Amino acid sequence: MVTDDAGQGGTAAGRNNNTGHQGGAGHSMVQLITPAGERVSHPEYDPWLKDVSDEQLCSLYEDLVVIRRIDKEATALQRQGELGLWPPLLGQEASQVGSVRALREDDFIFPSYRENGVAYCRGVDLADILRVWRGAASGGWDPYTVNMAIPQIVIGAQTLHATGYAMGIQNDGADSAAIVYFGDGATSEGDVNEAMVFAASFQVPLVFFCQNNHWAISEPVRVQSHTQLVDRGTGFGIPSMRVDGNDVLAVMAATRVALDRARRGGGPTFIEAVTYRMGPHTTADDPTRYRDANELEDWAAKDPIGRVHALLDRKGLFTEEFETGVRTKADAVARELRAGCIGMPDPEPLDVFKHVYSTPNSWLDRQQDHYSRYLATFGDPEAATQEEGAR
Amino acid sequence: MTQMTFARAINSGLRRSLDNDPKVVLLGEDIGALGGVFRVTDGLQKDFGKHRVVDTPLAESGIVGTAVGLAYRGYRPVVEIQFDGFVYPAFDQIVSQVAKMHYRSRGTVKMPITIRIPFGGGIGSPEHHSESPEAYFAHTAGLRVVTPASPQDAHTMIQQAISCDDPVVFFEPKRRYHDKGEVDESLDPNSAPPMGQARVVTDGSDVTLVAYGPLVKTARDAATAAADEGVSVEVIDLRSLAPVDFATVEASVRKTGRLVITHEAGQSGGLGAEVAASITERCFYHLEAAPVRVTGFDVPYPYSKVEMHHLPNLDRILDGVDRALGRPNSLSGLEG
Ligand SMILES: Cc1ncc(C[n+]2csc(CCOP(=O)(O)OP(=O)(O)O)c2C)c(N)n1
Repeated sequence: MVTDDAGQGGTAAGRNNNTGHQGGAGHSMVQLITPAGERVSHPEYDPWLKDVSDEQLCSLYEDLVVIRRIDKEATALQRQGELGLWPPLLGQEASQVGSVRALREDDFIFPSYRENGVAYCRGVDLADILRVWRGAASGGWDPYTVNMAIPQIVIGAQTLHATGYAMGIQNDGADSAAIVYFGDGATSEGDVNEAMVFAASFQVPLVFFCQNNHWAISEPVRVQSHTQLVDRGTGFGIPSMRVDGNDVLAVMAATRVALDRARRGGGPTFIEAVTYRMGPHTTADDPTRYRDANELEDWAAKDPIGRVHALLDRKGLFTEEFETGVRTKADAVARELRAGCIGMPDPEPLDVFKHVYSTPNSWLDRQQDHYSRYLATFGDPEAATQEEGAR
Repeated sequence: MTQMTFARAINSGLRRSLDNDPKVVLLGEDIGALGGVFRVTDGLQKDFGKHRVVDTPLAESGIVGTAVGLAYRGYRPVVEIQFDGFVYPAFDQIVSQVAKMHYRSRGTVKMPITIRIPFGGGIGSPEHHSESPEAYFAHTAGLRVVTPASPQDAHTMIQQAISCDDPVVFFEPKRRYHDKGEVDESLDPNSAPPMGQARVVTDGSDVTLVAYGPLVKTARDAATAAADEGVSVEVIDLRSLAPVDFATVEASVRKTGRLVITHEAGQSGGLGAEVAASITERCFYHLEAAPVRVTGFDVPYPYSKVEMHHLPNLDRILDGVDRALGRPNSLSGLEG
């Protein structure tokens, strides 16, 4: 049992944390695994992890490693011109794994564009994860087969969708819940604030999961908020928690608390997962223009994978056999990801006209007819595409 | 004269405006240390300080709404919307507040706000990064809507927009940001052609081809290609989309008798429809053929693997020119 392993009593909350420039009431930050890999006990959160066996801890580790590998491989694919763009999640693995693994299959996820680790854990097909970034589709997967909405690029818009979905759950009298992911920057958008107003008013079964990775492209979190982000939730009357987002167990426990509240009719919860974006915002971004290198170094010392590694080591679980197994798995996933990307068929020219409406539309039918006649003047439509310098 | 990119030309124009008028302030996401995602504001915060060049919270309605308050207070805010597809959270502030304040206050409150929006496609971006929303704004009374097509125009028009007492939606053709051209940085914006005036880019006698923003270059290339086939195309850069300088287009169509209009935005309810209708009203008896539109389709901006099918290119424009001239074209034999 993980919880028996604490070694020391007392509180957890790493007060130490990060660039704590933000003022506010000072929610302490829940931490259950220290950066050195010590398991710290916490009377309030430990009961939520009673079922986490050694085996599960190992599989959490595997997910963290595989997701980092996916991220690395996708970044490489972008550099090789196979993807148009990629938003790395380097450093945010624990926030994503800990939260998504607390969910039941019937819970519904509303992601931003950065929750590719969540998508992997949810069972989204690897090629589907890349589809949008390759420019081969606007949405990557069928939301209803994995209970996860398609990626959202408009900052914060998905928080309202999640609130509405949760209103639906409530009307249906179901005991499932919804979770919505967004960044620190997103908390400034009107949509996110309106979502919190609605969610609190109607006490819907929803978890607001804010990954505070400290940067919104070039803007540090202090541009967005003069208080800790966790106070945002509190201000709307939503019970709120601040957890170490690089600590997979703290995140998992907090998400379980929130989901349990949602299922019991206790309404929404706001979770601020304090983490750090170690890479660029996207592959098109250059963080050296705005970010101090020392900051990155400080955060690398709090790496979400390193600390689980250390914990497993302390418990004698990090055997050579285990390590080889994880590496083999990561290699296999990376190979499959690459193959799925490169093997993805290109869309057809007339796909441009597909799915605009659910039934035929005479305006569009006419445009499609005219365009196919135009393509026909080139003989081979593929040739026309080449001529225009298509990628 | 200096060779510089489109982006640099706007940067230089912004710098001059900041220099000349202490009431000019820049607001937007990532415009400070980063210099904007397209680097259009590069170096300005360093030189003018954090109160003149403001990195705002990530909230478009907030950016435009606070610009309204600054304008009330006598400032001339220049806001940057990071991409076309992210202007919609601010749409309410722009159309309900910015556009109408002068009218509502019976002319007492001026709204000299410039809203800079990189727009249009062709750069291989994900959704929401390549839209052409100009018609929404051109349809809103009280707003001026302009789009430069050359570095020189970008340099002067941004200064004219900032010194204009009306709100100006300033669309920047993002796929031309890296294009270079000669710019006379000392040119007095007051002596340059006003931003409301269309410009004849290429003289011609057979067909009038109207374009704006990113497609002006494509239209010019099409005119060059048509000349090789013995067809003389007059290219007009609209520059202002609201109000449109119909007099310039009208004069050209009276001469050529034929009109082709091209834009990246979808066809229905677009600027092309407005130009075709207005010119038909004004020049009905001078037209030899129905006006032709070569535009994007009425679809959400498509993903990058197929965006080149959506965007009007040189060949599609030439096909449209052939239609206007009654020469063999892709729709030959079809009626209507
Ligand atoms: C409405 C809107 N405005 C601007 C953008 C451009 N943009 C994309 S990501 C981003 C920063 C987002 O920061 P944050 O919410 O902290 O999430 P992170 O990317 O750090 O995970 C911005 C400004 C956008 N996508 N949507």
